[in-house]
Amino acid sequence: MLAATKVDVAVFGASAVIVLAGAIGVVISANPVHAALSLVMTLFGVAVLFVAQEAHFLAAVQVIVYAGAIVVLFLFVIMLLGVDRRENVAREELRGQRPIAFLLGIATIAEFVLLTRGTSWVTGAESVVGPASGPGANVETLARSLFTRYLLAFEITSVLLVIAVVGAVVLARRPPPERPEEPEPLAVPERLHTPQLDDAAPVPATEVPAP
Amino acid sequence: MIPAVLAQVGGTRAAPLQLPEVEYSAMAPALILIGGALILLVWVSVVRRRPPWLWAAFSLVTGAAAMGASLWLWFDVRDDGPRRAVADALVVDGFSVFFFVLVSATVILAALLGEGYLRREGFGGPEFYVLMLLSASGAMFMAAANDLIVVFLGLEILSIALYVLAGFHGRRLESREAAMKYFVLGAFSSALFLYGVALVYGATGSTNLVSIAQYLAGNVALENGVLLAGMALLLVGLGFKVAVVPFHTWTPDVYQGAPSPVTGFMASASKVAGFAALLRVFFSTFSTLRLDWQPVVWGLAVVTLLVGSVLAVVQTDIKRMLAYSSINHAGYVLIGLQAGTANGISGALFYLLAYTFMVLGSFAVITVVGRRGDAHHSLDTYRGLAARRPTLAFAFTVFLLAQAGVPFTTGFLAKFYVVSAAVEEGSYALALIGMLAAVVAAFFYLRVTVLMYMTPASAEEVTEGAPPAQPRLRLPATTGVAVAVAVAFTLAFGLLPSPMIRFARQATLLM
Repeated sequence: MLAATKVDVAVFGASAVIVLAGAIGVVISANPVHAALSLVMTLFGVAVLFVAQEAHFLAAVQVIVYAGAIVVLFLFVIMLLGVDRRENVAREELRGQRPIAFLLGIATIAEFVLLTRGTSWVTGAESVVGPASGPGANVETLARSLFTRYLLAFEITSVLLVIAVVGAVVLARRPPPERPEEPEPLAVPERLHTPQLDDAAPVPATEVPAP
Repeated sequence: MIPAVLAQVGGTRAAPLQLPEVEYSAMAPALILIGGALILLVWVSVVRRRPPWLWAAFSLVTGAAAMGASLWLWFDVRDDGPRRAVADALVVDGFSVFFFVLVSATVILAALLGEGYLRREGFGGPEFYVLMLLSASGAMFMAAANDLIVVFLGLEILSIALYVLAGFHGRRLESREAAMKYFVLGAFSSALFLYGVALVYGATGSTNLVSIAQYLAGNVALENGVLLAGMALLLVGLGFKVAVVPFHTWTPDVYQGAPSPVTGFMASASKVAGFAALLRVFFSTFSTLRLDWQPVVWGLAVVTLLVGSVLAVVQTDIKRMLAYSSINHAGYVLIGLQAGTANGISGALFYLLAYTFMVLGSFAVITVVGRRGDAHHSLDTYRGLAARRPTLAFAFTVFLLAQAGVPFTTGFLAKFYVVSAAVEEGSYALALIGMLAAVVAAFFYLRVTVLMYMTPASAEEVTEGAPPAQPRLRLPATTGVAVAVAVAFTLAFGLLPSPMIRFARQATLLM
């Protein structure tokens, strides 16, 4: 275990301030775009923390995937829905949500405390710790398992992306209008010469084909 | 400078990557479905000539090709024996090929149903078929998966496409609502499933089903809370997909709101794939923990049978009624799993086979009776259907009686095999509850039959003394073919069941 140098402490302190400032910004900004940009700040701060831990790959993924792709996606959605649509946070949509959230939060903390008190629940293979760099490093091992053991899983994820694209188009586009020019033909008994309309039919009640 | 950097990179590199062999033939049916979907997507964006029947026809060809590949695999497995493929991620045994065949049949029938529906509702374009084909490929991956990660990805491919399909009818608010509900609850259950995978991995050190089974066979854990919790979460995640009772609440709303052909596809493909994974994971991987999961499955089966059949009785909407009836059917398949024997599994497989054709046929009729707008699904719509459309009413009667388990249909034999598997194992109580549920279920199936044959078209109009004017139902040729195939299957293999029973018996799991 290496002792933390002054530089380490300084880097940690600076990025911790950035992370927390961003997180608070996400919660308190009234404008959703500002909230999304504060999120970028938090994610960058976390990336710096990863670099400090020598997890360079994770830091790069953090910036590229989270700060790059996901926040941009958030911004797209915010722009699509309209920036000026403010939500009244004071009003509770689900009644009783807040006390329940409070209780569940307490329960979660209690669970963590219980877990750290050490139980003999965990069974199975021992944990594996890989070196951070050099041969057999975490990143390399990850890459290896993606292209060997989990090759099929890795590849069929692409099917999910195709579905996401097609699904987004299907759900986002305006449905084609109903064709009113084609009324449903009515089966009218032969002996009855005054045709009647089905009350549920959504067609205008003027033109009815004679039997 | 650059050579130095390269040398440094080269120096840190370990042994060269040994890429696993990719046996394309092992997953040919799924690849055909994915390929068909991609060709449809490219076609619609590149080729200008696109007659309206093209998408359905192409999907049918794709489904038929997948069926052909599945049958070829069936004989291949029978002659050369089962094997594992693509770095142990897939397993090609009789069990998975059985589901390949079943899912291909679902694709063909659903494409036939979809054609008439989309034309009636004025939806052009291939998106419906693309999503359906991709969804079916997910079902196949789920059935053949030999790794919990692949099971999860198959589940997601199947489900996410189904979420979109459930909301396909953009003009109907119910359809959008169904998609939303299905998505939120489905995402929740997927998360539970994933958590279960993580816990099982933590407890056994592998996500590979064979490795897990080997680990469990060689090690006895004294404190296996993590493993049991993981197993329970897997059961919840898959139980949601197949609509087992405590996790069934989405079923009626989604079945009612989704477009009728989609409901048919969902009821068959999703349930079939969910049970494929459930049977494989619990029967073969966790077989050493049988004493732990069998009582749980017993309880789930009892609740599912009773809730499904009793709540179906009070429904006034045919799609909701069939939703509860599909829950009831899930209970019977669980009886087969609970028996935990080879007979139980082959009974469950035969049940799924019979169920697929019955339910797709039923929803084909419902699609037609629902008329334009897909909104006429109250039980009253079925009054006097026999007088107006005798053939359609006859077909629907066959499906309903088969679901009720009347002799000389596949439905009777399906119920018979799972219940007798339970009796062989000495689960008399469960067998009794199964038969009791069948009696209750017979009531609501027969009620629809009585409505169709023995009541005049519409009660209030009769009291006014005027003859009813019901709109004529348009039966598109494609839907007619689907109904005919389903009726033929249900009756023919109800009378001569031996080929299908042999099919289900030979569909054994590797291991």
